[in-house]
Amino acid sequence: MKNFKEKLSGRVFLTLALFSILALAVITIFILVQGAPVIGKHGFAFIAGTSWSPGNGEFGILPMIIGSVAVTLGAAVIGVPIGICCAVFMAEFAPSLMRTIFRPAIQLLAGIPSVVYGFWGLLFVVPFISNHLGGLGLSILAGSVILSLMMLPTIISISEVSIIVLPSTYKDGALALGMTHWQTIRSVQLPAAKSGIVAAVILGLGRAVGETMAVIMVLGNATAIPSSVLEPVRTLTTNIGIEMGYAEGEHRQALFATGIILFVIIMILNISAQYITRNKSKSLKIK
Amino acid sequence: MGARISQKIAKTLIWTIALTVIIILMAIIVFILYNGLRVINWTFLTEIPREMGQQGGILSPIIGTLTVTVLAVVIAMPFGIGTAFYLAEYTRGGAVTRIIRFCTESLAGIPSIVYGLFGLIFFVTTLGLGWSILSGGLTVAIMILPTIIRTSEEAIRSVPNIYREVSFTLGATKWQTIRKAVTPSAVRGIANGIILSIGRCVAETAAVMLTAGTVLTMPESIFSSSRTMALHFYLLAMEGTAMDKAFGTSAVLIILIFFINVVANALVNRFVSKGH
Repeated sequence: MKNFKEKLSGRVFLTLALFSILALAVITIFILVQGAPVIGKHGFAFIAGTSWSPGNGEFGILPMIIGSVAVTLGAAVIGVPIGICCAVFMAEFAPSLMRTIFRPAIQLLAGIPSVVYGFWGLLFVVPFISNHLGGLGLSILAGSVILSLMMLPTIISISEVSIIVLPSTYKDGALALGMTHWQTIRSVQLPAAKSGIVAAVILGLGRAVGETMAVIMVLGNATAIPSSVLEPVRTLTTNIGIEMGYAEGEHRQALFATGIILFVIIMILNISAQYITRNKSKSLKIK
Repeated sequence: MGARISQKIAKTLIWTIALTVIIILMAIIVFILYNGLRVINWTFLTEIPREMGQQGGILSPIIGTLTVTVLAVVIAMPFGIGTAFYLAEYTRGGAVTRIIRFCTESLAGIPSIVYGLFGLIFFVTTLGLGWSILSGGLTVAIMILPTIIRTSEEAIRSVPNIYREVSFTLGATKWQTIRKAVTPSAVRGIANGIILSIGRCVAETAAVMLTAGTVLTMPESIFSSSRTMALHFYLLAMEGTAMDKAFGTSAVLIILIFFINVVANALVNRFVSKGH
């Protein structure tokens, strides 16, 4: 009886664990089966085509790929330096009272529905851009600002942890050599925490690429290729979010195909993040 | 001297940036709460929305959110906790473990709109569940699985090895050790992960839009379509015809997320102070 329970529990846990493999496989297969016919039919024109006009059977998603890349890059340019500054602040400069207040606050901000950020963007960021920089306000810039705000909690908390977990000998050694606190941060702690920070940035970027509802609210959603950051744009995610409600037939399949492209981009980001975090322990030892 | 000056400049800059960011982020919350709390009262919470949400309250979206969340968590819990026990206690690596890890980490990165597409084609269409609370719950269950696995595994791993060793020394089997020695110490950490994943369910919008639908009437069963609060807020904000209701809904959401975080933190702090 004892033996039977032993064997059974191990088997049960393994079976439950295999569910993740099954889930990922089923998701991949179902999205592929739905979207592949459109990619097969239009071939390269699906990715490189510049015209998205489902009514006329034109399914080119290049404007959306450009849109996703532009908005995400914009978010990275704004969010990454600010996020790292905040992480350094939290790990090194903030008085402990501030830290005990800010940490749960940042956790709360990470949990807030993305639509709340989008709503704030619609009410403040969009009018601000329209009044001070011109254009409609609904633009790549507005999307980038909102996404950078959404990325910040992720980047700050993971980067902060990767600075804090460094062996204290790194900091002590550098200070003992006569370096200032800032020199220690810049030339010892940040380089040593690099892999953790890079992983945080990639995770944040993944969140930005995948975000849908918040950016629908501020991007303007035009399907033309934008010529400046003040122009409206549509991303891969928003293309699905906007049109899935009423799409039928080939149009619907084309949206699933958009999902495939999105899926591939995210998988590349994920695998690189996994690769970087896995090499983290090794690189620490070498240094 | 140059080093001193650059330190001064860097410190000032980082202080300024960090405080500005935190002020902006907090301002978003304060702004929503300031405008939203005025709308929230008993009727707002207990009346069904009328005229596409422009009149009445948000009772049915509240019910929608609660049912989708409960379903998702109940479905995801056994798989998530089971996987965590397998990864933490039953394996020391190997190909299968590597594949399981790769899959859970990949599931964590898939955008919610892709989960929505999958739920739409698999649960809504192929399995014939239609736009329903059940379809939404099943889809979100897969979404939160990685969170539950990761936090539960950390909790199980943080149980000191001496617990297991003593249990084995006393002649307990592996299963008895896990049940009697490991689980009681890991349960707070696991609960913390579950509560965080509840937060993710409540905040989810894109995936439930494609799977649970946007119906505003009271759901009769888990096979009914229902709108969640986050989606209701999004639709109100986009239509722009009932901003007061939009503010009210988002304030309810933020307060809910706040309480979820407080409970999760309380669990972790008790967990830490118990000497783990």
